[in-house]
Amino acid sequence: MAIHEIRLPDIGEGVAEAELVEWHVAIGEIVREDTVLASVMTDKATVEIPSPVEGRVAWLGGVVGDKLAVGSPLVRLEVSGEGETARAPRPAAAPPSPPEEAEPPPAAPPPPRAPAPPRREGERPLASPAVRQRARDAGVDLRQVRGGGPAGRITHEDLDDFIAGGGRPAAGAALRPDPSVREVKVVGLRRRIAERMALATQRIAHITYVEEVDVSALEDLRAALNREKTEGRPRLTILPFLMRAMVKAIAGQPAMNAHYDDEAGIIRQFGGVHVGVATQTPAGLVVPVVRHAEARDIWGCAAEVNRLAEAARAGTATREELGGSTITITSLGALGGLATTPVINRPEVAIVGVNRIQVRPYWDGAQFVPRRMMNLSSSFDHRVVDGWDAAVFVQRIKGLLEAPAMIFI
Amino acid sequence: MKDISCAVLVVGAGPGGYVTAIRAGQLGLDTVIVEPRRLGGTCLNVGCIPSKALIHAADEFFHVCEMAQGRRTPGISLSAPSFDLAACQAWKAGIVNRLTNGVSELLKRARVKIVEGSARFRDGKTVEVATATGIQVIRARDVVIATGSEAVALPSLPFGGRVLSSTEALALDAPPQRLVVVGAGYIGLELGTAFRKLGSEVTVVEAAERILPQYEAELTRPVAARLRELGVAVHLGAKVRGWAGERMLTMETAGGADERLPADAVLVTVGRRPATEGWGREELVLAMNGPFIAVDEQCRTSMRGVYAVGDVTGEPMLAHRAMAQGEMVAGIIAGEKRSWDKVAVPAVCFTDPEIVTAGLSAARARAAGIETKTGRFPLTANGRALSTESADGFVAVVARADNHLILGMQAVGAGVSELSAAFGLALEMGARLEDVGATIHAHPTLGECLQEAALRALGHAVHI
Repeated sequence: MAIHEIRLPDIGEGVAEAELVEWHVAIGEIVREDTVLASVMTDKATVEIPSPVEGRVAWLGGVVGDKLAVGSPLVRLEVSGEGETARAPRPAAAPPSPPEEAEPPPAAPPPPRAPAPPRREGERPLASPAVRQRARDAGVDLRQVRGGGPAGRITHEDLDDFIAGGGRPAAGAALRPDPSVREVKVVGLRRRIAERMALATQRIAHITYVEEVDVSALEDLRAALNREKTEGRPRLTILPFLMRAMVKAIAGQPAMNAHYDDEAGIIRQFGGVHVGVATQTPAGLVVPVVRHAEARDIWGCAAEVNRLAEAARAGTATREELGGSTITITSLGALGGLATTPVINRPEVAIVGVNRIQVRPYWDGAQFVPRRMMNLSSSFDHRVVDGWDAAVFVQRIKGLLEAPAMIFI
Repeated sequence: MKDISCAVLVVGAGPGGYVTAIRAGQLGLDTVIVEPRRLGGTCLNVGCIPSKALIHAADEFFHVCEMAQGRRTPGISLSAPSFDLAACQAWKAGIVNRLTNGVSELLKRARVKIVEGSARFRDGKTVEVATATGIQVIRARDVVIATGSEAVALPSLPFGGRVLSSTEALALDAPPQRLVVVGAGYIGLELGTAFRKLGSEVTVVEAAERILPQYEAELTRPVAARLRELGVAVHLGAKVRGWAGERMLTMETAGGADERLPADAVLVTVGRRPATEGWGREELVLAMNGPFIAVDEQCRTSMRGVYAVGDVTGEPMLAHRAMAQGEMVAGIIAGEKRSWDKVAVPAVCFTDPEIVTAGLSAARARAAGIETKTGRFPLTANGRALSTESADGFVAVVARADNHLILGMQAVGAGVSELSAAFGLALEMGARLEDVGATIHAHPTLGECLQEAALRALGHAVHI
């Protein structure tokens, strides 16, 4: 038996450290070659670290939430035959927080408390007579208690935990306050979102401008295009039209397609329009980027949005696809609401929020007519964008969307 | 006579009743117990205890007879022994007396008032007791019915004369020369075997296709084999019609033919029924569950403040079940939060060899849709069994296939009744096969078979 040490590999250009977001293995587990050991997250992308060898996990290099330097030990495996004696310190890497190299693998790692197999419907909870009586005295219905013992047996400790956690009332009780508090560690993508949101609202003086857009003509056009099914063409949503309208508006107001480096005191205006599309994934909010929207037609934009959204939801979007936007669109689709106050994707200076399309009565000068209306809620960095300019930008987009033929001229 | 008012009135002083009363007294409740006969009920007076005394005496006598014939324990020689059942009865009565006196003492120590006489309910809170000195009226806040059960008679063979119930059989002064046992349940076989060992010619007639029909066939096989060895004639699928003449019964055999069975005595053990008549049940509004009084998991009947424990509440009609119910009911009346949540009620047949079961059999578990793992260890591989000349039988364990939770344990063999403690504990504690397998069982004892059976279910028994 020998120890094979796996270090955190270099996972991207210029990345010095990564956050450990998930362990896929536990101490004592047998892993095969290519078994995923851990997920780590860099600036934007989550990377899975596979095992290069077969062996038994003897040591884990941190807990979820830890930041690990590239090159620092991640996992030690017990392998048969010669291990890789990579445990000698590597002089070059000089990780910012050197891990304890000398720490031996713990002799008898405490087995992780296996989650109890769920009891089948109607199956009686498994507990000793003493536990059953204590539960009855405490008014605890053991069917609600998780059994941590062998075969899902409810131990005295499980009952203690349940009672200490406030428990839930036994069946038949009326409404009762729930004093329980569940601690959720903010790690990974969630922590990154939290940091970025805090920084954005801390640094940026947001101004949000809400305007109503009559999208009746646009919706008719969209429906007509979607009806005319052509092989290889994606179904159109409102987003590619909005992107193209923004490209047109930016042509007249390049200041909107910019990064404001507030530490250097520089605004960088970009020729290329790289539109970030805020996308909800199971893990949280990510922003994949449609690069060079100015060089894509409506179909090209649509195809790219679809591709990126799928990749983001599947967690396979690359770091490059998740960064580098110059302006961002945020849309909650059917949940778009009446108006929102979007937070700017720093260091950008503008974000366009799409609200829900609704049929509303519209006074056309003689009568009320039903029109399909949609609000745009857009935020701007008021430090570098004046309200006037913001309004002009949104009005321009409004004009393009209300007369969609203009988008294509 | 001045009326008595109390907190708890217990009707019947068998194992269910007297335990209820003792525990209620211990909990500080003002308690009265009513019993027309001797304290201790069927169990102490005409059931468990005297039958075990008789079985023991028969075993001892049979062993010395075998020794005298040179068929047991090489090295011992004896001249022909003789047996005096009347003298044995005195010894048996002494044991019973000692135990019933003990119950009386325990009741007194718990400050329970004992009223001798037949109770009759006037209503749900009031009982009239016909005592030696007149009618005693007792009023109680809570009432516990513990009237027990009685032997079922056959219409063709009413009890009396040569037709005995277990009660009369246990009181015989001499073994009948020719004894016919009707019903091969555990009571019939226990007593039939004992009388055979005391010298009677015993014939067992059973309507079902095998002996001990409530038990798994495999568990009953060693018992059937032993009956054959002892020379007990067993007629299965047969019925006793009735008397054909003086000391002569007619039996309808499995083939439908009539056969004559000479009998100096007939022991009828075709079952027991709850004692639900003769104490004024009609004055109460009690929901019934077939012949039994319906009770919930707190042994409450359908009337507020009226509880029932023991054989009147249903199967299994076993003393230890009644005692556990009584202990619980006393607690409930005293305000404790209690509920019937037992995993298993072990059952023992003191046949030769003994049978003990607790929890589910493999067949019952399968019928409940549970995937099982089973293990069995034969007594022939156990040192203790071999060295006590009783290596026939086995210990079996049934567990869930997925998490190895033990669902049931069974054994057949000489002395295996004592394994019931281990069986019950394992089941109540929610033991897995690994728990029993990893527990040191003293060597050399029968308990090792239990450990080995568990290990065998896991696929790695050592001694087989």
